[in-house]
Amino acid sequence: MIDFSNPLHLLAYGVMAAGLAFDLVGCIGLVRLPDVYNRLQAGTKCVTLGTCLLLLGVLLRFGFGSMGWKALLCLWFIAMTSPTAAHAIARAAHRAGYALWKGSVGDRYAEDDEGRNIQPAAAADRPKEA
Amino acid sequence: MTALDVLMLGLALGVFLCLYRALRGPTPADRAVSVDILGVLMVGFCAVMTVATGKDLYMIVGLAWASLAFVGSLALAKFLEGRSFDD
Repeated sequence: MIDFSNPLHLLAYGVMAAGLAFDLVGCIGLVRLPDVYNRLQAGTKCVTLGTCLLLLGVLLRFGFGSMGWKALLCLWFIAMTSPTAAHAIARAAHRAGYALWKGSVGDRYAEDDEGRNIQPAAAADRPKEA
Repeated sequence: MTALDVLMLGLALGVFLCLYRALRGPTPADRAVSVDILGVLMVGFCAVMTVATGKDLYMIVGLAWASLAFVGSLALAKFLEGRSFDD
């Protein structure tokens, strides 16, 4: 399957292996980390970069053809939309009042919201930072 | 085992880790995060299938899956916040 005489193919498989590594690390973080915000940031960043590298591997493997352009479009779309969806979920979880991990050292979103009267229910009775 | 088998088995392991979090997640927010990440992983799976088969059909599936996963994640986030869909 791998054409060892073509350096572009070797580069494509190397990039895809790196993408798989990022995906796996993100999924392990999704299982191992303690609360929803930590899981969100581990999962989203690592898996977005890993999937972008897999799609870049498709582009390197096939060149700018019918598959390469679609892979590039898909890469751009993933890179634009995945952080947006993660931001929406984090904001919704914070506003719905899901508690932070007990080892968290700060909650800047609750501090920023104090002047605007949109505090989540759980942030109101959380002790303020000294 | 070829390189593509390794890629597919690794992605399948990641999908099972995501499903574990979706089933065991203590809060609904954890399940929403897990489903969001599952959609992005599936696009990566479509990329591997494109390299394995050489057909551009799978890239079209990946594009559709990416856009649907984005809309679904936004809808889940809105639902999580306690707002209705026409809000």
